Amino acid sequence: MPRLELRNLSKSFGPTRAVQNVSFALREASVMALIGENGAGKSTIVKLLTGVYQPDAGEIWLAGNAVKIANPSSAWDLGISVIHQETVMFDELSVAENLFMGHLPLKRGLVDWKTLIINAQTLLMRIEAKIDPRAALKDLSVAQKHLVQIARALSGEASVVVMDEPTAALSQQEIEDLYRVVRGLRDAGKAVLLITHKFDEVFALCDEYVVLRDGVKVGEGEIGSATPQGLIALMAGREVGNQYARGETKRGEAVVLSARGYTHPTEFADIGFEVRRGEVLGFYGLVGAGRSEVMQAIFGLKPAARGSLEIDGLPVRVRSPSDAMRCGLAYVPEDRQRSGAILGMSILHNLTLPSLRGLWLNRHREETAALEIATRLELKAAHLEQMVGELSGGNQQKVVIGKWLLSNPKVIILDEPTKGIDVGAKAAVHAFIAELVARGMAVILVSSELPEVMALSDRILVMREGRSIAEYTREDATAAQIVSSAAGYAAAA
Amino acid sequence: MRGFTREFVLLGLVIAVFVISGLYSPAFFSLASVDTVWTDSAVLIALALTMMPIIMARGIDLSVAANMALTGMLVSLIGQANLNLPVPLLLLCGACIGGLLGLVNSALITGLELPPIVATLGTMSVFRGLIYVVSGGQWVSANEMPPALTAFPELRTLGLTSLEWLSILLIALAVLWHNSRRGREVRAYGGNPTAALYVGIPMRRLNVLLYSASGVVAGLCGVLWVSRYGIASTEVALGYELQVVAACVIGGVSIAGGIGSVFGTVLGSLFLITIYNALPIIIGQLLPSVQNATLWQNAIVGAAILIAAVVNQGAHTKGKHILRVIPRDEASRAKH
Repeated sequence: MPRLELRNLSKSFGPTRAVQNVSFALREASVMALIGENGAGKSTIVKLLTGVYQPDAGEIWLAGNAVKIANPSSAWDLGISVIHQETVMFDELSVAENLFMGHLPLKRGLVDWKTLIINAQTLLMRIEAKIDPRAALKDLSVAQKHLVQIARALSGEASVVVMDEPTAALSQQEIEDLYRVVRGLRDAGKAVLLITHKFDEVFALCDEYVVLRDGVKVGEGEIGSATPQGLIALMAGREVGNQYARGETKRGEAVVLSARGYTHPTEFADIGFEVRRGEVLGFYGLVGAGRSEVMQAIFGLKPAARGSLEIDGLPVRVRSPSDAMRCGLAYVPEDRQRSGAILGMSILHNLTLPSLRGLWLNRHREETAALEIATRLELKAAHLEQMVGELSGGNQQKVVIGKWLLSNPKVIILDEPTKGIDVGAKAAVHAFIAELVARGMAVILVSSELPEVMALSDRILVMREGRSIAEYTREDATAAQIVSSAAGYAAAA
Repeated sequence: MRGFTREFVLLGLVIAVFVISGLYSPAFFSLASVDTVWTDSAVLIALALTMMPIIMARGIDLSVAANMALTGMLVSLIGQANLNLPVPLLLLCGACIGGLLGLVNSALITGLELPPIVATLGTMSVFRGLIYVVSGGQWVSANEMPPALTAFPELRTLGLTSLEWLSILLIALAVLWHNSRRGREVRAYGGNPTAALYVGIPMRRLNVLLYSASGVVAGLCGVLWVSRYGIASTEVALGYELQVVAACVIGGVSIAGGIGSVFGTVLGSLFLITIYNALPIIIGQLLPSVQNATLWQNAIVGAAILIAAVVNQGAHTKGKHILRVIPRDEASRAKH
């Protein structure tokens, strides 16, 4: 009997079907790999298993019984524990407190420190982690923090352990240690679900695999009978269709922006590229590959980064966003709500903000300009005085992109412009990108959505772990090549 | 139009307090009484209007009252030593000294990146402490100051006192600021600092401007305060910074940043002053048994502030909630 079974699980967010009719089973003493591209539905599965989301349809069975996982603490009580991608713990507290937070041992209403430390030591010893339970969490390395999280995951006698990309931020030696711990868990009879992008991990550690694409299970089986090429084909899947049809543009030859040797002490190294007038340069990579960080450096938001930049063939120094804007750059950041729109301000004021000049405001000119942009973007709003916070996600995104049109930049950097918006709004943003390049602007498109990058870009640059790995032209890029470069599996390229 | 409802609620409250006091004490209805309330509230209006953009930019200046007292003391000492100095020169001294003290705040906040509440809490104590140092703990009283200076605050030009002219000047400046590019940018910064960063709003420079402007106005107000009340001491305007913040909050300036209006802030200041003036009268009439109404004044004023703030927040929550809950008709309209 399987330890954990997903039966026809579905979950939608508005019009987006994150997970559709997915079934698979986890056995005891076995490690299963859950693989798929960004946005394939892996994290939604994790959240369904931990009670963060409730499924729209389908059931979760645990040791032969259908269970309802109402919230993360009921997942814990049922014996499902999760090790998250980013450590969510209390930096200022000790390792021991972190391990038992929520169920600290008590004596007469006060924390029983002696028992706490002993329990913590036992727990850490079980995974052979040499960590002092009295140390403050903030003094630990990323890998040690992962071990603490694993130990914590085991403190509740979990029978199912879910690991969400646990090696994303680890060095090779630390990864080896983690492998050892995972094998230990398997040998202790746990059912482990490992969410990953990395093929070496899949083949080194896992017994079985499930591949998701666009929320649907597209393949499963024993690792013994799988090949990397086969898995890549499953992940990349369908031929990229023309759903984002973009007319051919007369790509100019004039290089607008040329970046050389961009390097940051920790996040990326030696990134260089050029963009021409009327061209879309796609930046593809896994989450965390350093794409946004490079863009922020170019826009003057990463003071520690070094590199040289030329605009229209002239060297420029960009040390702040206002320098960048003066050089004709515009940056539409990824997180719309946090760093794009000012939700408590009107559409009008949001749209004109980057292009305010001089000392005084000119209401009439602002209105004329904003109205023109709003019309061009087919913005759905009652009136221009409406607060941006009242708009739908897609329309907010239109405001965030639209405000840059007034300042008429030479190069516009779009960071995940269609993340979390519905299909209709997505199409509008794509049409809009086509319009930008048709008007001679250069667009840098950072996107984790492969079909989007492939359909819109004239050239595609792939980044992995802070380095630029490969560059393809529109004509000779294939989904399989791009996916394998991004995942670090060189043989298929 | 959006947003003006809460200002009108507040205007209604101010008028209500005025009318009620007038019913008990007809003298309240006279033009002379309007003149008094206006002159009394001028300093508060001026300070609240300079505090407003600071709070809108997610900051605060707690050192304004201490700045007033220190600048007032220094200018009094200058005046005491040179009884013939013309008033404009003394005012200029006040503006410069206050501005310098404001620059200290700017340096701490933009240079050392201290949170504004910490930086100005510190300078508040430093400025107060410096008054002892410069005065040796002595007072400067009216008869030691230049006579022209003590007469100046209530000196009438075109029928209005100097203090009234000060408030008119500050209202004009605040309206200009509100319609300037930088004013808009500060509002945007308060609404979303990260988004402001991405559009290149030079917040460091703007903060230097805001805190020095606050210092200049505080310095001027300090000179007017000591000359009007005829005493410069360590106790001048003790705790007054909180009234300035209260006037802003009552006037609908959001402590979370990004929201505020000139009209609201002026009304907030007027509300505070009227209620201070009117309450003893009302209490005296309603509760003759209360021997000394002023003993109750602070507590009741505090309660009135809370009530006004609650009324105002009520008008606000609409704006805040919209960020999370989209009304159904809006949502469906947005989709089609």
